[in-house]
Amino acid sequence: MQFIKKLLIFPLRDNTLCLVLYRNLKTNMMIDSQIKRKLRSLASLSLLVGAVSFSSCSGGSDQKSGISKTNPEDIKVVSEMVAELTAPPFVPKSTADRAATKLIVDMEIIEETGTMASGVEYVYWTFGGTVPGSFIRTKVGDEVEFHLKNHPDNKLPHNIDLHAVNGPGGGAVSSFVAPGHEIVFQFKTLNPGLYVYHCATAPVGMHIANGMYGLILVEPEEGLPPVDKEYYVMQGDFYTKGKYGEAGLQPFDMQKAIDEEADYVVFNGSVGALSGDDALTAKVGETVRIYFGNGGPNLVSSFHVIGEIFDRVTVEGGSLVNENVQTTLVPAGGAAMVEFKVDVPGELVLVDHSIFRAFNKGALGILNVTGPENKQIYSGTIQEGIYLPEGGTIQSMPVEDDQPAKEAVEMTKAEKMEMGKKLYGSTCFACHQANGEGIENAFPPLANADYLNEDVDRAIDIVLRGKSGEITVNGKKYNSVMTAQNLTDEEVAAVMTYIYNSWGNNGTEVTTEMVKKVRK
Amino acid sequence: MFSKFLTVVVIIFLSLISYGQKEGMALIKGGQYIPLYGTDSNIVKVQDFYIDQYPVTNAEYVKFLEDNPKWRKSNVIALYADGNYLRHFKDDLNLKDGELENAPMTNVSYFAAKKYCECQGKRLPTLDEWEYVGMADEKDADARTKDEYNKFILSWYEKPNSYNQEIGSTFENYWGVYDMHGLVWEWTQDFNSVLISGESRSDVDGGNDLFCGGAALGSSDLMNYAAFMRYAFRGSVKANYSIRNLGFRCAKSIN
Repeated sequence: MQFIKKLLIFPLRDNTLCLVLYRNLKTNMMIDSQIKRKLRSLASLSLLVGAVSFSSCSGGSDQKSGISKTNPEDIKVVSEMVAELTAPPFVPKSTADRAATKLIVDMEIIEETGTMASGVEYVYWTFGGTVPGSFIRTKVGDEVEFHLKNHPDNKLPHNIDLHAVNGPGGGAVSSFVAPGHEIVFQFKTLNPGLYVYHCATAPVGMHIANGMYGLILVEPEEGLPPVDKEYYVMQGDFYTKGKYGEAGLQPFDMQKAIDEEADYVVFNGSVGALSGDDALTAKVGETVRIYFGNGGPNLVSSFHVIGEIFDRVTVEGGSLVNENVQTTLVPAGGAAMVEFKVDVPGELVLVDHSIFRAFNKGALGILNVTGPENKQIYSGTIQEGIYLPEGGTIQSMPVEDDQPAKEAVEMTKAEKMEMGKKLYGSTCFACHQANGEGIENAFPPLANADYLNEDVDRAIDIVLRGKSGEITVNGKKYNSVMTAQNLTDEEVAAVMTYIYNSWGNNGTEVTTEMVKKVRK
Repeated sequence: MFSKFLTVVVIIFLSLISYGQKEGMALIKGGQYIPLYGTDSNIVKVQDFYIDQYPVTNAEYVKFLEDNPKWRKSNVIALYADGNYLRHFKDDLNLKDGELENAPMTNVSYFAAKKYCECQGKRLPTLDEWEYVGMADEKDADARTKDEYNKFILSWYEKPNSYNQEIGSTFENYWGVYDMHGLVWEWTQDFNSVLISGESRSDVDGGNDLFCGGAALGSSDLMNYAAFMRYAFRGSVKANYSIRNLGFRCAKSIN
């Protein structure tokens, strides 16, 4: 009996495929009606399931690639609002709850003196009075009406290049403004992502080096997923006439900037901008997102948070997401979003892992995490003890003098040689070498050694109490340290007998009696 | 016979007077140079001329306002001076407290500066003349390749509030002219003759006809940076702008 005869495949209108089970009841009509019914329902069910599963493949938004449902150019804007700009390290609230709008941004440029480090002053050129400049938060499809104002007391003309702009100079061509004046231009955000903005007036490097940079975020249509804490951190390199820490008002050094020899590499414009009272904060269990930018002008950042791993990194601020990242590369004039959940309390340290920049030039910030401990994730120090790297001989803490005196039985010379050889191999050999040859300029030889053969008691004393300072052995000077050896009298007698009876030495047999005498 | 003699004496006397009456001005011997925007085949020639030793001061400009009520803050036409005109004056003829009489006059537009010079029987210097005088330091007529000269200029660019200092407080250059750098920007007769688009990254594109030799600016020359910023500033202003850090001085041709 053949009841499934053909499998028809034909395309539907929206290019999906629809599989149809075509039942062909050819001949024998003696099929049970129940089976018939079951087959019919099975066929229609599989048709339904097939149609549904195939149709959901197209038309929905692809979260991973950030492509929006609507072409950004076609997003209509119906209302208008004034953008909330924030000073670092804070960011404006999410745009998830609003539609694309006409967004009015009022940005003022101020040239002012500020503090770079304790005792060090610098003339900063700023967007909005801070370095980095105010954070601008937009959504894809927004039409941004950008008002750039150059304070009348400023000396220089400025403009702005926003990397989120599709247009000549990123807006720089249309925003060149003299002191005491204002200029307006407009652009539509088409690409979601985290972008840098900076001044682009000649000499561009100097304007950027003096602090004229910041970040503009273009959120996708649905907004970014919410997290507990969001922070704005931007790295920059600074070039001063004086070296790091030199006090006074430091002018910008163009030659050092050209040579890319930075004096300061800092987060948010100055040394210590994210520490002490200004440290970032979070509670155990919270998710943290850092919008991290790099204004440059020259250096690339190896951004890392000591004590944490980035659960998610949007690489270069775009749509590619990497996970479980320790250190992420952020190009000059670029950005990245990093997200992580803090699990245990403590101080997390934000650094540029080109590590001399963190400890010698200021690229260091603090994120203070408070809350309950979790010993399973991180236990802290469990135990400490002593470790002495002196080979197999057992080292121990000094013991109280309450051990009963053992009845001493002196070993025979042969026994001493055998035991001594073993002891030598585990205790002395590391420095004095297999055949007592020692190491040139480091550890003196024991083979045919005049220093050794001259004075047995002195040699015993050295084994018991160690030696430092200069000695001459076989005409060569040695100035090293020998540690005291924690051996019993018998053991000392044995190993020294072995040494004195090897490699051309004078054949002395050392007794426990002799050792005891020296030990006193 | 006597009348002829008298005429000659008068002519000599007048010409002596007209030369001698350049008080406060320095004689600049003409020459030629390649400006920032020029190339070897585009040398600029400057004739002998006179230039004010100091920028025009607040006190001098107040005198001008007393004689020319049309240029007072309350009377001036917006076409000739924008809203920042005389912003540091508390009324038509008086400075605000804290402003110095002998500080360079600023917050004046191109039109106002031009008118002031005309009333003195002078004119504004041309861009080429100004740059020619400006390239000197204390010792040399052309100090553009000297590190110290360029560093001084660059460090001035970031010093805040240098406008409220007295004239003569910076340095006297080779020509006996003071404060060409270090005090305020200065208007020139043809400040917008070398156009800069404001997009300074494409300004170095050699294909830009208005900016000959622009390709040479790709270099890391300190000299280029120091001069380039002056051109950038000039490119950002319009004739009716009044700016806190922008003043002027006058010049005079030799017949």
